[in-house]
Order: sequence, then structure tokens, then C-alpha cells
Amino acid sequence: MGLASQARSLLAVSAGKATSAISRTLRLGGGTNAPGTFARQVDPHVLERLTAALPGGVVLLSGTNGKTTTTRMLAEVLRASGQRVLHNRAGANLITGLTATAIANADGLGRPRADMGLFETDEAAFPQALAETHPRLVLIHNLFRDQLDRYGEVDTVAKAWKKALASLPATSTVILNADDPAVADLGADLTAQVRYYGLDDPRHASGSAAHIADSQFCRRCGAPYNYALLFYAHIGHYTCPRCGHCRPEPDVRLARLDLHGTEGSQLYMTYPGGAMELHLPLPGLYNAVNALAATAAGLALGVEPIRIRGTLENFSAAFGRIERVQAGPDGPPMLIALIKNPVGASETVRMLTQANREPRTQNPEPSVGNTQYAVRSAQHTNLHVLIAINDKFADGTDVSWLWDADFEGLAGRVAGITVSGTRAEDMAVRLKYAGVPSEHIRVVPESAPALDQALAGLPGGETLYILPTYTAMLELRAELAGRGWVRHFWED
Amino acid sequence: MQLTLAHLYGSHMNIYGDRGNIISLRQRCAWRGIELRVLPVDVGSTIDWAECDMAFFGGGQDSGQSLIADDFFQRQSEGLARAVEHGMVMLAICGGYQMLGHYFLTHTGEKLPGVGVLDVHTVGGKQRLIGNIVIESKLTQLGSTELPTANYQLPTDIRLVGFENHSGRTYHGPGVRSLGRVLVGHGDNGEDGVGGAVYRNTIGCYLHGSLLPKNPQLADHLIRTALQRRYGSSVSLAPLDNTLELQAQRVMVERLLA
Repeated sequence: MGLASQARSLLAVSAGKATSAISRTLRLGGGTNAPGTFARQVDPHVLERLTAALPGGVVLLSGTNGKTTTTRMLAEVLRASGQRVLHNRAGANLITGLTATAIANADGLGRPRADMGLFETDEAAFPQALAETHPRLVLIHNLFRDQLDRYGEVDTVAKAWKKALASLPATSTVILNADDPAVADLGADLTAQVRYYGLDDPRHASGSAAHIADSQFCRRCGAPYNYALLFYAHIGHYTCPRCGHCRPEPDVRLARLDLHGTEGSQLYMTYPGGAMELHLPLPGLYNAVNALAATAAGLALGVEPIRIRGTLENFSAAFGRIERVQAGPDGPPMLIALIKNPVGASETVRMLTQANREPRTQNPEPSVGNTQYAVRSAQHTNLHVLIAINDKFADGTDVSWLWDADFEGLAGRVAGITVSGTRAEDMAVRLKYAGVPSEHIRVVPESAPALDQALAGLPGGETLYILPTYTAMLELRAELAGRGWVRHFWED
Repeated sequence: MQLTLAHLYGSHMNIYGDRGNIISLRQRCAWRGIELRVLPVDVGSTIDWAECDMAFFGGGQDSGQSLIADDFFQRQSEGLARAVEHGMVMLAICGGYQMLGHYFLTHTGEKLPGVGVLDVHTVGGKQRLIGNIVIESKLTQLGSTELPTANYQLPTDIRLVGFENHSGRTYHGPGVRSLGRVLVGHGDNGEDGVGGAVYRNTIGCYLHGSLLPKNPQLADHLIRTALQRRYGSSVSLAPLDNTLELQAQRVMVERLLA
């Protein structure tokens, strides 16, 4: 680095730090992006310079769903192994957010105060992030349709990722989800080393093809895949009957998964040379797969399995992802679960309806072909739900995705639904057509009164399930923080 | 009563919530005791178009569109064109709309043939036309069937609201009428203020959103037209409570026109 560019980089760091301080002082928010934007204007290479100075290198994680939770799991795992990790934990995953994170973790001389960089990366920002940070490890989790107005079609995203990954050297490792054909196929013909993880418990096959699956046709020849197991959307065990392209054999396997309602789940994972069993305190299939991905990355980075297990067993999710909040000291429990695209929303609805239908079961032994993985009890029709849909830029301005998501599972299961947000009315229509009676749907566009009304209608002993889009979650969380029920997100 | 709807290539052409249109038609039929039978048309399917009362053709990714194009032209386009001439009710959105036209001229100069059912052609553009859209439509002038019966008041002008996201610019020939005038958004080509094309009982346009759930007047117009064609012009539609749908429509129209 020449003296002039070094000076410029230092100036960029100072400028970024100053912007961050001003942003927080003026309460403009967490100051998670603005410092990055400003610093990059001073020195466009500031992220590259700062991350190049990290002795332990950089890890990038991308995908449509689960990246915040998975990255957070991995960050905790790495910290438990003694690494100082800089991590964009506030979810600022655009290139400016990565830059801001790197600046915030640099000292006054522009040197990083961390051993490693770990960044969750927006799908569209991923190629640039890869070019600037030269990661030693990349994990791609899944690819679903999301904010088509912003990202474009799923195939466009996959092509851009493929091109970026092809530039990685043999010293880098790429970890891919074997169960997502679009993601697994990214591993073909790479110079970098490739590892796969996958779910191997047949009891979680849903048995029915999803109507909105994006990659159910062979990536190589276009024929429809045969699925021996289909977990959800296009995620499963696939083979192309025409060209033979099929799911790669995973290196790290989730061999058994027992879901325990909204409490959590029990995971049994195998990896080359070992196996581990752990209790994950997060509900739902998708969180178990997040833990699987974090485990695969942790193992690839040389973390002791026992540290991975210990960390995951004590993990709590990022704000709003799956968060339990009490509405005041004597108030009822609330569970907040972010929804932002069709597959994520469908899986969240499935988690809620299954969790409230199935009593906790004794771990049944998995057996091939047995799709009944829990004892069904009488259905409850007592779900109380608040759904908040915004159409701001960070949510995606197109709410067509509500029609690609399965809200049908809520029909016959809800005692009351409050809908709010800038697209409250769209959500109300979606629920009506999903089979929820109109008289059970309360439209309250503003977030504070929506919360009040939803809580007022909640019988004693019940939980309020809150499903917001991203900016609706931020609004709601600000409201909860104002009431002293949670902390502000930048304190999180 | 029963109606049969052909859903064209739903597993490939299903982007931007277009399946909401099927959900809307199915529910609005079911709430009136009408059974809507949905026939999936996939690659290799054999369809008797004469038994189809309605058809829906949504938009897809480029890869999806190229996977079904051959099958569509070789296997279905002739029967579908005949059905359209005979007054089958059809709704085509985005990619489906483009494929019903004469051709699609890509921005690299390649000319992809269409079916030519609609007298429109499409030219690929570099910039995508994305955003909320409102078009003002005179529904009563659509199609070839008679006006609605007395127990159901159809507004003469309605404002259809949706979300468009397309790079193709579609231009109309004299053989189609316009579905409506663009009040907000780009419309078919971003130039002449035209939003959607109508020929006989077939409508093509760029309104995702989904279109029919939030524009129940149009959904009912399609159902009524199909019923009257099948069961006679005396058939009427039982009214439904459209409070939530019309509220969703009105909120967006007011926000966008404000």
C-alpha cells in the first residue's frame, strides 16, 4: 500500500467513524449503513484494505432465508473457539453495511481489532463482497424467490453467484446446501474446495410438491427432477431422470431431527470422523437447517465439535427472527418471527400450526418411508396472530409474494388475526382467500394500535404470534422498545 | 354448475404471485356453489380445449418460458387459438400475454414467434418497467357477452390496481381493444398510456399483484362471462361481500393517485 492510499484509507475510516457517531447521537438509527457509504466515497477500497489486514481471513454467508440466524450462530461458535470476530450482526448486509462493520471494528490507525471477518451478505451484493474481501470460506444456504422487483429472477441471482464463486482460488472453501438444486449446482467446476451439508431424515418429507418451487427443473437439462424426498419448496433429495444430475452426497448430515413445538428441536448430525447430538432452543425445520449449516462452516474452520455443540445449545436468535418477548412484567408472551418472502412465510406458518398441534413427543426412531413423525392430537383453533406487511424498499415494494406463500394453514386454526402495515389490506384479502373468515380478520394499519388491539383480544394464557416483514419488524420493535419491553436493536 | 379452467404451465409460469388469480377464481366460484375444475396444462399434456370455459396463462422466468415454448406451440397453441375465437374466457399476464401476441423481438434482435391470437407484438427493452400500476377500465365494454343482469351492479369504470415488472414493451395492432388507460405506472409499453389488450373474451396485461383478488369486479366479470357462455345468458352471479377486496383496491388507488 502506498503512502497516499494508506492515508486515504485512514481518512475513510475516520470519516466513517465520525458519521457513525453523529448518526447515533442524532438518533437516526443504528448507524449501520451511513458510515460505510461515506467512507467508500473517501476510499472505494476501504473494505478491501481493512479485511485484507484480518489474520484469520473472511467468511461470507449468503442465501435467501436464514442468513442472519446462521451467521449469528457461526459468529458465536467462532467466538467460543477464542476468535475475535467482526460480524455485521445488525443485519446490515449490503456492501455499505459490510464496510461500516469493518470500520467500526478498526482502531484509529485503520487496523482491525479482530482476527476474522464474518459477513452475512445480501444476495445481490454477494459478487462485489466476494471480489473485495477475498473470502477463505463461503457458505451459500438456499435460493428462493425474494423481492423480485429488486433482485430479479432466481436464475439471474444464481448466474451471478456462479460467476463470483468461479474466481475463488483452491485455497478457499465453498460450503453448499446439497438439498437445494440451484445452490448445490454452484459447486460444479469450481477451483475452490467444495463441501456439502444436507438433511437426511426422511420423516420431514412433506410428500407434496410445492406450487411455487423455483428450481424444480434440472439445472442442467431442464427436465423435472424426481424427488425421493421433498422437504419444502424445492428443497429435498432430487435426481434428474434425463441427465442423471442429482443431489450430491453431503459431508455434514442432519441424520435425525425431532421438532419440539415452539420450544426447540433435537438434532443428530454426522460429519467425517464423528457425530454430535444437541438440543437447539429454536423452533422449526428451517432453524435446524440453519444450525446444520453453521456446524458445517464451524467444522470447516477447524472449530472443535464440542464447542459448536455448546454454543448452539445456548443460542438465542437475532432480533425479530424468532424472538420471545413479554408484553410488560405481567403481560402475555409474544413470539416474533420475521417473514419476508414466500418460502420463509410458508415455513413460519407451518411451524406455528404444527407446533400448536403436536404435543411434545418422545424422540421416535426414524424409519425410511414413515412420514408420520409426530403424534397428531386434536387441532387447536386458538392461534392469535398479528401479521404486519410493509411495502417499503427493504421489504420489497411488490407484495405479490403474499400470493405465493401458503397462509392456507391458518384457516380453521386462528381465533383472531390482526393485520397491519402499509399493506394491511392486501394481507387481509390474502387471509380471506386462504379460508380465514372475514369476521376473524381485524385491519389496523398503524403498528401501535394494531399491537394494542391484538393484545386486548388475547385471552389469558395464550401467546400472541407476530409475523412482520423487515421494516414492519423494525417499527414494531421500536414500539416495544419505547414501552420498555425490548432493547433497541443497535444495543442488541 | 361447473366451470373448467385450463391453467397453462403453472409449474413453469408462476412468477409474482400469479397463482393468486387461480385462488381468486376458485374461491369466488366456491362461495357461490360453482365448482371450478382446474386442468393443469404441463409439458406433454393433452387438452380438449372445447371443454375449457376459461384459461389462465401467467408470467415466468426466462428459463421457464424457454422450457415450455416448444410444447406450447407444437401441442396447445392451435387448440387454444380456436377456443379463443369461440369465446373462451382467458386471462394472460406478462409472459403469457407476450406469447399470445405475434412475436417478441428481443433486444439482441432475435425474433421469437408468438401464437398471434392477440394482435399485439412485443419488443424487448433494456430497462425493466417496475412498479405499482393503476389502469382505468370500462369493464362493461369488454368481451362479446351481454351486460350483467339486474341483481348485480357492475360499475362502468373501475380502476384496476396491480404491480408490473417487465422488460418487454407491447404494442397494439387494430385487432385488439385496450383494457384500459394507464393512470399510474408504465403500462404495456411505457409510451402510449395503454394498459392491457382485449380480444373477444381474452384479456392480456402486465398486472401482477395478484390482479384478480384485489380487483373482484374483473374476477366476477370473467366468471360471469364464462357461465353465460356455458349455461346461457340468463345466468346471473350471486353477490358476494367484497368489503375487504374493495378496501384493498381503494387504499392503493388513493395512495397512488394522491
